[in-house]
Amino acid sequence: MLRTRIIPCLLLKDESLVKTINFKNYKYIGDPVNTVRIFNELEVDELMLLDIFASKENNSINFKILKEIANECFMPLSYGGNIKSIEDAKEIFKIGFEKVVINSNSFNNLKLIEDLSKYFGAQSIIGSIDVKNNFFGNRKIYSHHGTKKQSHDLVAWAKKLQRAGVGELIVTSIEKEGSWNGYDVDLINSITENVQVPVIANGGCGSIDHIVEVVEKANASACAIGSMVVFQKKGMGVLVKFLDPKIIKERLK
Amino acid sequence: MITIVDYGLGNLGSIQNMFKHIGVKARIESDVDKIKSASKILLPGIGSFDTAMEKINKKGLKEVLHEKAIKEQIPVLGICLGMQLLTSSSEEGHLSGLGWIPGKTLTYKNQINKKIKIPHMGWNLVSKSSESELTQGFEDFEEVRFYFVHSYFVKVANEKNSILKTSYGVEFDSAIQKDNIYGAQFHPEKSHKFGMKIFKNFASI
Repeated sequence: MLRTRIIPCLLLKDESLVKTINFKNYKYIGDPVNTVRIFNELEVDELMLLDIFASKENNSINFKILKEIANECFMPLSYGGNIKSIEDAKEIFKIGFEKVVINSNSFNNLKLIEDLSKYFGAQSIIGSIDVKNNFFGNRKIYSHHGTKKQSHDLVAWAKKLQRAGVGELIVTSIEKEGSWNGYDVDLINSITENVQVPVIANGGCGSIDHIVEVVEKANASACAIGSMVVFQKKGMGVLVKFLDPKIIKERLK
Repeated sequence: MITIVDYGLGNLGSIQNMFKHIGVKARIESDVDKIKSASKILLPGIGSFDTAMEKINKKGLKEVLHEKAIKEQIPVLGICLGMQLLTSSSEEGHLSGLGWIPGKTLTYKNQINKKIKIPHMGWNLVSKSSESELTQGFEDFEEVRFYFVHSYFVKVANEKNSILKTSYGVEFDSAIQKDNIYGAQFHPEKSHKFGMKIFKNFASI
């Protein structure tokens, strides 16, 4: 049987790893290459690296860090952050990453996803959607690290990304992110019910129970985790760690 | 030296990274003459069957690969699409494969219930179907898992050419071997110590 993938999602800001709460409060975690080395030793399933300011500030991709990371890592790697062209993706794949994550740049240029998918295959393209509830409790899509509100309907946009050729979707609840109090199960379910591609749940994971919940109740194919693998406990200091593989095996059947 | 054949498809960087990590020399080559001097060949591949065969045919690689694999019988390892190319045909395309290992590459679409997601993507277990140098030492691990990404799978014609099997909706051949020719459907270069074991074994054949 296929194992549910549990994916540490690491946030790059400038040259450092940080962890956020609701896409704000940047807390320094450490040097990206050293941190990733620890995750490699812990033999995690997969790793996602997101440069959270790249699109917002239109920064260029830090290929040097990506290269250092790929040299150390023997698991699937994905990168997101201001990917604008086939050339960018080519360089990232050449370094040794095998997936690219596209969020902000899909809104003004959906053709980017079509082109990337045609060139590299859908399995290499992850579409990313960040979601926040508005004052009236309606779900709204945000891009550029939560700073730019988009007008698309959530489910319609997810379907549009699928049609354009993404092989996976990562769906993040901005309000849950960094909270430790569980995924937005309804949000994830609203997507998995409407698309065929695998959905990675993101935002809010604080325990194995939360992972089990979103897999069982919302059919998530994979779970991204952040705070839980870089902090000792909620509100405590930095500690890079992973869940006990035995417990994962026991709980995720 | 182990020569990673660059025909324009595949994650060559990660394959070379892992060989470097385990202290085995490997080079990436696209030039036919340089491939002629290889002592072992690694055939990678990500993408579609016909695109890969077109590129191999167009670059004149088919002849040199045939000479090395069939006449000289040097060890050859195909990875992912590179393994599928070892079979005679694929339901993904119309072109003939290299046909070195009797078998076919089939689509998941007709095989399994609609609830299972395609591609088969993620970590899955393997079990030995016959002994091979490629899988030596697997018994030292409590369980052996690999990272897979594929929408088509291989069924060999002769059961003895299957060395590992995996279940995803159907049971398929996740690693195959005929004489000096080996194939792995999964990505050893992305599979931690399990992948290193495969590469080490291949290096010492």
